[in-house]
Formats: sequence, structure tokens, C-alpha cells
Amino acid sequence: MFGLIGPDGSGKTTTLRAVLGLLAPDKGQIATCGLHPVRQHAELTRRVGYLSQRFSLYGDLNVDENIAFFAEIHGVRHWRARRDELLEMVRMSPFRKRLADRLSGGMKQKLALMATLIHTPDLLVLDEPTTGVDPVSRRDFWRLLARLKNEGLTILLTTPYLDEAERCERVALIDHGRLLSSDAPDALCAAWDGQLLEVVARPQRMAVDVVRRVAQGKDVEVFGERLHVSLPRTSASEMAAVTARLREELSAAGVVVAEIRSIAPSLEDVFINAIRGAEARRAGEREGQA
Amino acid sequence: MRKLWAVAGKELRQIMRDPLSLLTLMGFPAFMLVLYGYALNFDVRHVPLAVQDLDHTRASRDVVAAFVNSTYFDVSATPGAAEDLTRLLERRVAKAVLVVPEGFAADLEAARTAQVQLLLDGADALTATTVLGYAGAIVSESNVRVLSRALTRAGQRLDAGIAYEPRVYYNPELKSVRFLVPGLIGLIMMLTGVLSTALSVVREKERGTIEQIRMAPIGSFALIAGKTLPYLALSLFATAFILAMAWGIFGVEIRGSLLDLLAATLLYLLGALGFGLLISTLVNTQALAFQIGLLGSLLPALLLSGFVFQIRLMPVWLQVITHLVPARYYLVILRGIILKGASLRPYWDQMGLLALYATLVLGLATVRMRRAER
Repeated sequence: MFGLIGPDGSGKTTTLRAVLGLLAPDKGQIATCGLHPVRQHAELTRRVGYLSQRFSLYGDLNVDENIAFFAEIHGVRHWRARRDELLEMVRMSPFRKRLADRLSGGMKQKLALMATLIHTPDLLVLDEPTTGVDPVSRRDFWRLLARLKNEGLTILLTTPYLDEAERCERVALIDHGRLLSSDAPDALCAAWDGQLLEVVARPQRMAVDVVRRVAQGKDVEVFGERLHVSLPRTSASEMAAVTARLREELSAAGVVVAEIRSIAPSLEDVFINAIRGAEARRAGEREGQA
Repeated sequence: MRKLWAVAGKELRQIMRDPLSLLTLMGFPAFMLVLYGYALNFDVRHVPLAVQDLDHTRASRDVVAAFVNSTYFDVSATPGAAEDLTRLLERRVAKAVLVVPEGFAADLEAARTAQVQLLLDGADALTATTVLGYAGAIVSESNVRVLSRALTRAGQRLDAGIAYEPRVYYNPELKSVRFLVPGLIGLIMMLTGVLSTALSVVREKERGTIEQIRMAPIGSFALIAGKTLPYLALSLFATAFILAMAWGIFGVEIRGSLLDLLAATLLYLLGALGFGLLISTLVNTQALAFQIGLLGSLLPALLLSGFVFQIRLMPVWLQVITHLVPARYYLVILRGIILKGASLRPYWDQMGLLALYATLVLGLATVRMRRAER
């Protein structure tokens, strides 16, 4: 399972479309399942199942008819048994005669997934499959993906949720159409060349201002009641000094400090930092040009 | 082939599930036929005529009678000498006023040129022109009578002269509904053909289902054919429906062979569907597709096909443009088959042009679609 992560408009969907041969790249080469996505498109479609970002089935056809249609245009001859099996797997057998438009959001998504699996592809390409799906359905959906993965299906997906990205074997971070880094989620976190301080303090607004001032231009991110301050990698003694200074300054400003500690970065920290870094680089390039 | 049927079956199911658009597809043509059939009546009869007879003689009454007996005119007022005649036109009591001046009979008697005056409301130019024609004909007929009477009295007989006996073929009463039905069919087929295909393809774009279809190993031919076939069948059904209605309500019968009619209609529809497909490759929203489809099909088929306005009477540059409107050719064939009972043979050139149009738009649509894939 390979996850493509990046902010909105970073080129995730575009990348997928290029991989699928729905878009011809201006430069470079792509091989999907060892095939040229555009030139060997027909062959590719037999081996790939694609679930686009929007719910793209026919709302005015029922569950059975939708699956039957996609089976037929994929040239699948004997799809009835496969359809029954798939619907059974997602526990949708009771809703077979219901029009797709009348299904709940989670069920629509599952139906769309089943429609992409009817021709038993080797590769499943999912574009933000759980965006706009309620948390329970989202968990259901991921159970389903785990099961498919165990059955040997390769999955390529994009996601804006980093908890989902952490379930992937490999992730790629992209921004403004550029690949920032790509590795296993753990390795990405481990390879980060910075350090992270977590500050829990109240009132938070004042704490943010103080931390910003003390850490001087370093990034401060708010996660719920926690503040994450990213710092360049330094020695343990220096870190202790920074921590002490923070504690002092916060207290002086009348902020009650609950905790300040050094933590291991999560994928989210890595992600945000990488994007910030890329932004700073772009700003630098623009200035260089001007 | 299986894939083609899968697409066609899916499309048909979707059409059937949407009773509103199905009704529009079938009901709209019927509605247009009734509306246009009754409203677009170019026949001019029973024109309200005010008669001011200041002569009060047998001769003057004869002239008035000639107008009334023609059935083209109904006397709506008989103003006296003092009345303002233009007011009658203004108040729309009459569309025309016939004035027979005093001394009309005396002038005739004395073999001087007798005069009658016709005042005409020119606001409705079409009616006015027709009325002018009728009046002229009636007066010259009266002239002949007067002349022959005079000659008889002089002991001579009017035996020489030209006997004008017009006979109108194919539509002897020159009823405009006969003439309109083929035009309507051309118009409606173009409209439904273009709109239904354009909308059905653009709907897939809007929903994003086209992406899913493009990720299936289905060729553009199977896809296009599968999408157009149901609409082709439906449009043919609608044509049959209009013809049946035209026959039932207006008594317009098809004199020619149904097979010829089918062949011409198929060719024409193919062009319409192709045009619809072409639109669908150019736009991404149903609203826009609807507008372009309406403008691109309805207006030319209505205005530039010779349906309402005669092409002959258009300025030359507009006449050139009408050659690009397939309805123009179809109309000629249709009128031939329905009214004259003609076969297709005399219309091979029109058929050829229809085929050319269909090939062109379908080809263009395919090229555009291929390009979109790359």
C-alpha cells in the first residue's frame, strides 16, 4: 500500500491520473504494472481498478445494475458470482435493489469500491477514498482495504488524513507538483533532521505568543491543547537550556506551564515541516529571480 | 458488441427511470405540433373589412359583394360618409377599408375609369401583402365582368382573351399546416437529437462517471454507438408519433413510402446526434450544453431551413449560410415524400449532403473525443 500525501492542489489527483493514463505527462515516463499508461491503456484498464474522488456511479441505477454495467464494459463474462461475493463481503446484499443515490455516504463508497473490483484488478487506485465519509464508515472502509491488501492487491491511494497515511507501507510527500520525500512512514519520521518540543500550557493563546518570540522564527504548531515547536537538531544540553528558558519566559508572562518535553516527531510534524521548508525555498527562489 | 449493448441498456434504463425527461422528449414534440399547427397559420381568410359605400348603386353593391363572396373578407363595419376611416384601422375594427366613392356607377356608365379605394393596415406585413393580392384579383375579376357587359351592350362578345385557370398540386387548398408538418418534424428531430445526446454525455462528465468508463477497456465506437442508439430509437419513435398526430389532427397523410421516410430521417438524425456529441466534447456543464444545443439546433432549423422564412427571399450571404443547415435539405426531402409522394431518387443530392453533414460532425466529434483521451 502506497500513500500519496500533500496539501490540496499539490498534484495528488494529477499524479494518479497520469499513472492511469487519463492524462499524458508533458515530460518523463511512467510505467504502471509495467505498461505504458497511454499507449497500452486498454491493457492497463484490465489490470487496474480506479476509484475517483467523487462518487462516480450512476445514481439512477440500483446497486446490482451499477456493478453489472461496470462488469460488462470491462468485458467480464461471468460476474454474477463475483458480484454476490463482493456484496456479501461489504454486507450490502440487502440493498441490492436500492438506487445508488439513496444509499448512505459510506455505502456509496463501498459500492463504488466493489464496482472497481468486479474485474479482479491487480492494482487498486483510490483518490481520497474516505474524504467526506463518517468516522464509522471510514473505519469499515479501512478494514476492507486491509483485507484486500492481505489478499495480495496492490493499493495506491491519496489521502489528506495522516493517520491513514501512517497505515501505508510507503508514503510520498508532494507539494506543488514536486516530490519532497518518499519512504516508509517510520523512516520518514526517523530521518527528520530536527527536534520537537511539546508544550502544554494555559492560557494557550498567550503561550503561543511567548513561544513564538523565544523560539524566534521557528515553527509553532497547535494540536489541540498541545504546541509543537520544531527546532534544529542540537545537543542535549542546548535543548535543556532552551527548555529552561521557555519555562522561565512563560512563567514571567503569567502562563501556567503543565509540561514541556522533547518528543519524537509524528508523520504530521514531518509533513508540515516539509511543506514549510518547500514554501521557504520557493520564496527564496522568487527573491533570487527578482 | 456486448459492451455496446451494456452501454445502450444502461442508457435506456436511465431514460426510463427519468419519466420527466422522457415525457419531455415525447410530449414536447406533440405540444409543438399542436401549438405551431394552429398558431403558425399563414392562411389569410375572413379578414375584417370595413365597407364605405358612398354610391349606393347596383354597381357599387356588386363590387362589395365580390369582396364578401370571395370568403377572404368579412364585413365588420359599414361606416358612413362622415366617419374617420383610419380610426377603424387604429381601433382594429377592420384590417382593410373598401371605399366606393360617389359617382362610381355613373363613371362606369359614362365609360370613364371608375375608382375604388382600399385602405390597408400594413402593421402585419404578411397579412397585408396577401390581402393586397386578393383585392387585386377580385377587382380585376370584376373588371372583366364590367368589360364583357359593356361589350355585350355594344353588340360584341368577349370571346377572345386568356383564361387563367391555376391548379395547385400536392396541397390544393394551400393549407399551411401541410407545409408546416415536415418543417416541424425537422425542427423537433434536430432539437431532441442534439439535446439528448449532448446532455447524456455531459451528464457523465459532470458526475465523473466518464472517468470510470475511460478506465474500462471499451472503445470509443462502442461507447458512442451505445449512447446514441437508444436516443436514435427514441427520436424515431417521436417522429412516428408526430406523423400520427399530424394525420389525426390535421389530416396530413404521408403520400410517399415510409421506408424512404425512414432512410432520410435516419440520415438526418445521425447528423443531429453527431452534432450533440460534438457539443458534449466542447463543454463540461449540462446548462451550457443545453444552451448551445438549443441555439445550435433550434434556431437554424427554425429560421434558416426554409421552415418559416423562405430561403429565396433572404439576402445572399444568409442564403449561403443556410447551406450549412442540414434541416434545409431534410425539409425538401420530407416535403417531397409527405406531400408529393415522391421517391428518394430526385433527392439524391440532398441525401448526399445530409450524409456529408453526418459524416463530418461524427468525424469531428470522434477526433475531439480521441484528443480528450490523450
